[in-house]
Amino acid sequence: MEGRRSFPDVLAGGIFVLIGGAFVVGALGYELGTPTRMGPGAFPLLVGATVVALGLAIVGKGLIAGEVIPFGPIPWRAVAVIVLAVLFFGFTIRRLGFVPTTAVTALLTTLASARVRLLTAVAVAAGLTVASTLIFVVGLQLRIPLWGPWLGF
Amino acid sequence: MELLDNLALGFSTALLVQNVLYCFVGVLLGTAVGVLPGIGPTATVAMLLPITFSFEPVTALIMLAGIYYGAQYGGSTTAILINLPGESSAAVTALDGHEMARQGRAGPALAAAAIGSFFAGTVATLALAAAAPPLASVALKFGPAEYFSLVLFGLIVSIALARGTALKALAMIALGVLLGTVGQDIYTGTPRFVFEQRELYGGLDFVSVAVGLFGVAEILRNLENEQTRTAIVSKVTNLWPTREDRRRMVAPILRGTGLGAALGVLPGGGHVLASFTSYAVEKRVSKRPQEFGRGAIEGVAGPESANNAAAQTSFIPLLTLGLPAHPVMALMIGAFIVHGITPGPNVINEEPALFWGLIASMWIGNVLLLLLNLPLIGLWVRMLRIPYQVLFPMIILFAAIGTYSLSFNAYDVYAIAFFGILGYVLIKCGCEPAPLLLGFVLGPLLEENLRRALIISRGDPSVFLTRPISAVLLVLALAALVVAVLPTIRQRRAVVFAEEE
Repeated sequence: MEGRRSFPDVLAGGIFVLIGGAFVVGALGYELGTPTRMGPGAFPLLVGATVVALGLAIVGKGLIAGEVIPFGPIPWRAVAVIVLAVLFFGFTIRRLGFVPTTAVTALLTTLASARVRLLTAVAVAAGLTVASTLIFVVGLQLRIPLWGPWLGF
Repeated sequence: MELLDNLALGFSTALLVQNVLYCFVGVLLGTAVGVLPGIGPTATVAMLLPITFSFEPVTALIMLAGIYYGAQYGGSTTAILINLPGESSAAVTALDGHEMARQGRAGPALAAAAIGSFFAGTVATLALAAAAPPLASVALKFGPAEYFSLVLFGLIVSIALARGTALKALAMIALGVLLGTVGQDIYTGTPRFVFEQRELYGGLDFVSVAVGLFGVAEILRNLENEQTRTAIVSKVTNLWPTREDRRRMVAPILRGTGLGAALGVLPGGGHVLASFTSYAVEKRVSKRPQEFGRGAIEGVAGPESANNAAAQTSFIPLLTLGLPAHPVMALMIGAFIVHGITPGPNVINEEPALFWGLIASMWIGNVLLLLLNLPLIGLWVRMLRIPYQVLFPMIILFAAIGTYSLSFNAYDVYAIAFFGILGYVLIKCGCEPAPLLLGFVLGPLLEENLRRALIISRGDPSVFLTRPISAVLLVLALAALVVAVLPTIRQRRAVVFAEEE
């Protein structure tokens, strides 16, 4: 354990410093108030500073005596495809309606796996679209139109 | 007997047709989820939460609780049959359970898990019924200072139980608390960190956070190396344990139940701690410790009982104090709030039918699990053969639909992608996501009570130390922090957790 640099430690610490720091900067823009009447900025400032301090400690530890963690490969394709699919869903559900949005989202997500074949992907997407329409719209009466305004409905 | 009256009230609620039905649906879904590797109970409860919004509150809570302990249970089936624990607390079960399966004794292993879980669930439910009212009446005397210290104590204790280093767990908690400040300030109504987006005024939704951290992140991890999941599933013949098995099961079940019931109350994953503590105890007291790891039935019966007892008693802090012991309980808080009930000590008095109905349903759920699992084992075995390529698109899609249906807010959907990536990177760096979610849920409570206590004391922070209960809780929190950070103890913690890997 001694004298080992740890990339995951430094990265994790960096993330904490970054997010904590952003909240600290943001909190300074709000009223801090007094201890008796704390303003909206006081608590986030306090906690944000804590996150930064802990993040710095983790970076420091990662440079001297880091935790040995196998970082492993990153499935870039899966990350990109899943993020895209989720964003697509959020953006189009209102505009395209339930059925087309669900079908495209399902098709996109199947592509996250490098081993997928086109026929399987289409079959999975079709099956999931039917299943989720039945479950959510028919069964649970979710108030989402099946076809949206972009399609002229 | 007040306890009997309460239980009678509970059963009269829990035995209503729709409640039994949804209890059944809950344990069935939960078991299915527990059996399928790749998605845990937290993400499942989060995704199914929206479905329950249209139900009566008690029905909704009964179903969610059913999913939770069903998932606990289903994890052990996978652990035994294919050596792939579907849930972290089932990891210990895999050690001896799978070994038994390889020797052709999968049946007795499954039976030991089922019987142990049922017994433990029954006892723990009674413990919950007996312990909740006195605890709640103590909690009713708490002022803001006590509450602040209690929440802080709960958060700190949860890191002592988390995996990874204490420093990272602390940072994850603080980050969660910080993310909880997004939205409108409770006292002044000032929007905070919302980037002028009206959709963010209500704050980040905890369902998005949970689905991202526990669903999307988990899928990304599973997609890292796609080995085929056509695992070799052990055949199940002859479920009934032999006389010798039965004799060897009794003591571990009793000990596991006691341990689990006690440890389940702890915040931050008492059920994981319970199952491997039980395993360690059984190995130590056994006359044949050399058999452990080679198919000792004690190594299945003990941890499974402990794990199930803990799952039951982890409801105690939630129901009496409004404090979630782990992420699933945090989601249960959300379910309470959606139905207009503030979880905490008032629930017993204000909603007795709901409170006792939920408790009674847990016992019914345990009966259903027993009835469901042993005869249906063939079905669960077949479910293990669903390829992951079908499974993960389904999870992502249902997560997106479920999150959207919470409030028809596209930002909640974007948030699952954000928290999925954030969670994935942090998990890869050795940070466990559970403390973040606990911090996120408890953060607003922490802030509210801190500010309220300071208003009452006219800005004097010594109020947290001059009020005795608050002072004791803070000292305990400090002690827990020292224990978690001290290197020697941390090493011992590493040894304990190593058995879980």
